[in-house]
Amino acid sequence: MQYAIMFYETEKNFETRDHREDDSEYWGAWRAYIDEIVASGVVRGGAGLHAPQAATTVRLKDGQRHVQDGPFAAAKEQLGGFFLIEVPDLDAALSWAAKAPCAPTGVEVRPTLPSQM
Amino acid sequence: MQPVEQAVRMSFGRLVAILASRGRDIAAAEDALADAVLAALERWPESGVPAAPEAWLVAVARRRLTDRFRKTAADAALEQSLAILSDLAAADGPESPHFPDERLQLMFVCAHPAIDPGIRAPLMLQTVLGLDAARIAGAFLVSAPTMGQRLVRAKAKIRDAGIPFIVPEPPDLPERLASVLEAIYAAYGSGWDEFEGIDAGGGLAGEAIWLGRVLASLMPADAEAHGLLALMLYCEARRRARRDAKGHYVPLSDQDTTLWSQPMLREAEARLRQAAALGAPGRFQIEAAIQSAHAGARLVGAPDAHVIARLHERLWQLAPRVGVAVARAVAVADAEGPEAGLSLLDEIDPGRVAAYQPFHAARAALLRRAGRGDEALAAYATAIALATDPAVGAYLEQQRRLILS
Repeated sequence: MQYAIMFYETEKNFETRDHREDDSEYWGAWRAYIDEIVASGVVRGGAGLHAPQAATTVRLKDGQRHVQDGPFAAAKEQLGGFFLIEVPDLDAALSWAAKAPCAPTGVEVRPTLPSQM
Repeated sequence: MQPVEQAVRMSFGRLVAILASRGRDIAAAEDALADAVLAALERWPESGVPAAPEAWLVAVARRRLTDRFRKTAADAALEQSLAILSDLAAADGPESPHFPDERLQLMFVCAHPAIDPGIRAPLMLQTVLGLDAARIAGAFLVSAPTMGQRLVRAKAKIRDAGIPFIVPEPPDLPERLASVLEAIYAAYGSGWDEFEGIDAGGGLAGEAIWLGRVLASLMPADAEAHGLLALMLYCEARRRARRDAKGHYVPLSDQDTTLWSQPMLREAEARLRQAAALGAPGRFQIEAAIQSAHAGARLVGAPDAHVIARLHERLWQLAPRVGVAVARAVAVADAEGPEAGLSLLDEIDPGRVAAYQPFHAARAALLRRAGRGDEALAAYATAIALATDPAVGAYLEQQRRLILS
């Protein structure tokens, strides 16, 4: 089955990311995690996301586009990135999610719909 | 007709577990099994009951499942459906006399951490025992449509989220097993007052005990599985003594012990010994031991309050919940006097017990024993206002009057 594992980060973590030094603890932990999950062969896609300050949200109202600065929902924790992974079941997906450096904040695991492509 | 009903009742959970384990689709498995039962009701009276009725039912149900997958294959995950099809083809054929018992896997699925804790017990009662939603709804005090909807949603979650039909491996096993035990105990407690042990009617105690038997037979080396079964049997053994002829609540100390079920008590004792021999103490074994001590005290007439208090202390360490804290305070009061119990009650966070009737009832009783009449009256008033069971309310009212007289 295919799952999206979605990584939620705190404001503080997003700040840390902006000062990208290769030896910093934050990136070291992510590097190790990304290397491990990629090497395992389960990854089908994914991306890291810029901080929510870089987000723009558009809502269509009466045919009019309302464009707004900021993420879809205001929250202390925001989506920081995701992987699409192919694993046998939810338990396997949860194991990968629990290993993520941001697991203390939270990782959402959702099955993907069957691809129509 | 008789053999069909019998085959279904005895083996519903086994058949659902077998049919659902590959596709992870419990609802589809139940539908297919229902179709197979209908087919059996039509055919068996004419053709006679097949030599292996369960195998017949599984074979027909599998064909229904296969048809269903074929129909949905075009617009759903084609690859997955095909994989399931080949699994179905490779699995035990109907000619095989022995089907694997996959009910344990089914129980772990129902109590998976990804499933809302509140629906785990109903889910288990429906999928393992085949109870209908309306019957379960009554015991859990919700309407039948609400319960039906929750069950449908939970089954969809199992299918869509890909919860595996497996028995978890050792590092995860203890915690996952604890959820299974919790769910069975919740099924037993449905329709009961947690602390007073009152049967409020419509409970599913017998069904929960059946689940407990299934679990203990499938995990014979697990001490807590036997402990839970022992605990339920101890409580069940006293069911008839809990109310007098007029339906009034009778506390354990006043119960007519001739109304206790001796076979159930013997079985409970045997289960508890079996659990203890496995050398892995746990919450349910200790609760069962407390029940055993109370029962023994009444039957032999020599209650050892200190032993009971020590058991409550162990239980509190293993399961620090409000209900356990209240019971422990009462046990300590029996051993060391009411003031000792009252000071334990005072340690409980008042916010957590403001609306918890057993806390106020216990406090009232201890205050009365400590000779603090005015405070006891106030505590009884609070407890009576919170009592949802009229029989318990009446009992508390009667206790309150004892102070006034």
